[in-house]
Amino acid sequence: MEGLTLSDAEQKYYSDLFSYCDIESTKKVVVNGRVLELFRAAQLPNDVVLQIMELCGATRLGYFGRSQFYIALKLVAVAQSGFPLRVESINTVKDLPLPRFVASKNEQEPRPAASYSSDSENQGSYSGGVIPPPPGRGQVKKGSVSHDAVQPRPSADQQEPASPVVSPQQSPPTSPHTWRKHNRHPSGGNGERPLAGPGPFWSPFADSQSGSAAGDAVWAGHSPPPPQENWVSFADTPPTSTLLSMHPASVQDQTTVRTVASATTANEIRRQSSSYDDPWKITDEQRQYYVNQFKTIQPDLNGFIPGSAAKEFFTKSKLPILELSHIWELSDFDKDGALTLDEFCAAFHLVVARKNGYDLPEKLPESLMPKLIDLEDSADVGDQPGEVGYSGSPAEAPPSKSPSMPSLNQTWPELNQSSEQWETFSERSSSSQTLTQFDSNIAPADPDTAIVHPVPIRMTPSKIHMQEMELKRTGSDLTNPTSPLLVKPPDLSEENKINSSVKFPSGNTVADGYSSSDSFTSDPEQIGSSVTRQRSHSGTSPDNTAPPPPPPRPQPSHSRSSSLDMNRTFAVTTGQQQAGVVAHPPAVPPRPQPSQAPGPSVHRPVDADGLITHTSTSPQQIPEQPNFADFSQFEVFAASNVTEEQDGDAEKHPEVLLVEKASDPASSLRVAKTDSKIEDKTAASAPANMSKGTTPLAPPPKPVRRRLKSEDELRPDVDEHTQKTGVLAAVLASQPSIPRSVGKDKKAIQASIRRNKETNTVLARLNSELQQQLKDVLEERISLEVQLEQLRPFSHL
Amino acid sequence: MAVCIAVIAKENYPLYIRSTPSENELKFHYMVHTSLDVVDEKISAMGKALVDQRELYLGLLYPTEDYKVYGYVTNSKVKFVMVVDSSNTALRDNEIRSMFRKLHNSYTDVMCNPFYNPGDRIQSRAFDNMVTSMMIQVC
Repeated sequence: MEGLTLSDAEQKYYSDLFSYCDIESTKKVVVNGRVLELFRAAQLPNDVVLQIMELCGATRLGYFGRSQFYIALKLVAVAQSGFPLRVESINTVKDLPLPRFVASKNEQEPRPAASYSSDSENQGSYSGGVIPPPPGRGQVKKGSVSHDAVQPRPSADQQEPASPVVSPQQSPPTSPHTWRKHNRHPSGGNGERPLAGPGPFWSPFADSQSGSAAGDAVWAGHSPPPPQENWVSFADTPPTSTLLSMHPASVQDQTTVRTVASATTANEIRRQSSSYDDPWKITDEQRQYYVNQFKTIQPDLNGFIPGSAAKEFFTKSKLPILELSHIWELSDFDKDGALTLDEFCAAFHLVVARKNGYDLPEKLPESLMPKLIDLEDSADVGDQPGEVGYSGSPAEAPPSKSPSMPSLNQTWPELNQSSEQWETFSERSSSSQTLTQFDSNIAPADPDTAIVHPVPIRMTPSKIHMQEMELKRTGSDLTNPTSPLLVKPPDLSEENKINSSVKFPSGNTVADGYSSSDSFTSDPEQIGSSVTRQRSHSGTSPDNTAPPPPPPRPQPSHSRSSSLDMNRTFAVTTGQQQAGVVAHPPAVPPRPQPSQAPGPSVHRPVDADGLITHTSTSPQQIPEQPNFADFSQFEVFAASNVTEEQDGDAEKHPEVLLVEKASDPASSLRVAKTDSKIEDKTAASAPANMSKGTTPLAPPPKPVRRRLKSEDELRPDVDEHTQKTGVLAAVLASQPSIPRSVGKDKKAIQASIRRNKETNTVLARLNSELQQQLKDVLEERISLEVQLEQLRPFSHL
Repeated sequence: MAVCIAVIAKENYPLYIRSTPSENELKFHYMVHTSLDVVDEKISAMGKALVDQRELYLGLLYPTEDYKVYGYVTNSKVKFVMVVDSSNTALRDNEIRSMFRKLHNSYTDVMCNPFYNPGDRIQSRAFDNMVTSMMIQVC
């Protein structure tokens, strides 16, 4: 070892320290344990300490002689000043400040610390604090001086082995005081307690003189200790043996944790950088570490860690279950049994803090609040309300903690405390979830499936069609009247096309026309679909509630005959106007079947013709009552498919159309469960019947009411549909012939008669279907009740 | 308001019991224990009915000269028993119900804690705080 030149201050200081460590009073060799503790108090990284020891020759010698000790101390100073450790540095570095050791327990005179701090050059940074000259030091040592040798002054509490070093009083007293260290040390308590991570360890070690091992472990702990950088210890009793006891127990863990966290350097940096009093603040490094750990459990950063996984993870920290349970309570903010990233970071932070000896707060510190966790910015608040709340620490309340805190304190604690609020919180979250799920449920309901409103497609000219659309729109509660026009559900259009192709007597031409006039044809469908969509949306359950006013006007369809007549008159009057038809959705369908109904009435033929022509030109199908079953689309489609297969003729078209219409109403009826539906259906069917030729592209069925039925429902409907179509076909078959022949009036009457009959049949069918469904539901109910009964006995254990 | 609050597990052993320290705690413990019989009786009375129909709040179990005992059972047969001072006449049934609701919510929060093993004594600080808040109001 080179010769060591020490200044007077250094000399004295070192001799004091030596005496301190020289518990055996050998004056020659100091106890390794004490030395280690001392070095730990210096808050240097472990490797640095080892390096120092090596450099000073202690490792070589195996003990710390006086010279080695002095050299080591000098190296400590060097290291703390940030200079590289070199053997030469002990002499070359000039004006080296005295090595600083954090005194864990500084009793009285924290205030002198203040003055001290003023003297000291470093503020808030641990490393390299300047220690006032020895005499001042004596005072500074704030009583913790129990270090006799160090302090000439007698006041020192002997018991406080607190290292001769005085913790740099620089750091303004801050939050840490809330950290009640388990302090078994009754000593004056007040002094400063350097809450800095390593700090607290110092005193416990000093006190208990526990094995260096613990110290080592604890020493290692700088790493992610809470950002608490304060040196100043608050009146809280200094950390006690409990801390120590904890440390040894958790030593290994700590070391591992620390190392993982790459603490030392980070710690240093953190310590130096953080000037916040917030001991609970999570630094960037810590946060990053936590995030990485989170990822190992749950790759999705926005996801949750389930309670069981979190339990395993935190159990590894070897904290007592009770404390882990408490940590969980604090960090699971929304009480959902799972940890989000923020919650996980808070929990991890608390675990780390606990391992470092910090007491757990009663309330979650603000900086750890899930939404408040902010890496370096939220430092504002200084201490968390939690700390303020329970710390009750004496005066040292850090000045920073102040006005901003109380407000925050109040809000959060209130939230924390009021169970109702918690309930609402969870309710809110859960409800939001349900809402979202809901929406997702709704969405699929939208598209096609059956909800599509079988917009009757009119064969009227576009203009009329438009008018009809408008009429319908006005009649209905559709909120987006124009949208339907714009929107073209592809499904609908496709179906329409198919239907149209099927339906239109003209077949190809119609189809072509239809396709060409997609815009028009799809409009009613749009409306229908929009209606259905709206319906579904509104109810969050498609089909819920009162089927939103079935498309355009279900009511009007009421008086079928009248409506039909009206329609007819309209048709006649307006020529190709299908406005009337539109007005009465049910009435509409009949119209557009020009082919079939050439006859029934003058109007109709006219209409039909007109329709036909229109269809040929622009195959707009009269939008069969948009109110017709939403699902009817599905059925219609099925029906149309079925019918498609059946017919290929133009001749058959009417039948098909009729069949479809009938089936549609039937299906719609089936679907519909309400009387109103029936009305609509009948209305729909009536016009359907009337039109015969008209293609009920829109399955006239009531549909609107049709709540979203499960496909099962629809399927049977479809089946029935086919059956019914068969029946209807027969009926319809007879009809086509009729229209042609008779005159207007007769045709009208006959048509109405037919319509009524069909309606009756459809209604009857619907009724039977509903009865069947009712039975099924009852059976289900019975089975459920049985299950309940079975389960009940168990509940009575 | 409450003088004693107890949480009894399904197997009728206490998970948590706390009384105002001023009184003889043993007496409260005994009262709670005897009230379990009443609770069981009330539960079995509704046995035939659907469990769902059984209301969780059992109401006044039995009154003594000084105290009234209220009961509450969860669907998992965890019982909450609350002893209230009879002199506190201002307590209405709704208040008791709300107190039980709070108890129940806190209990579920305790359950949600993965570190809590069902059947252990309840040592949650949050639960303690909540119970304290309910008991502090006792005059």
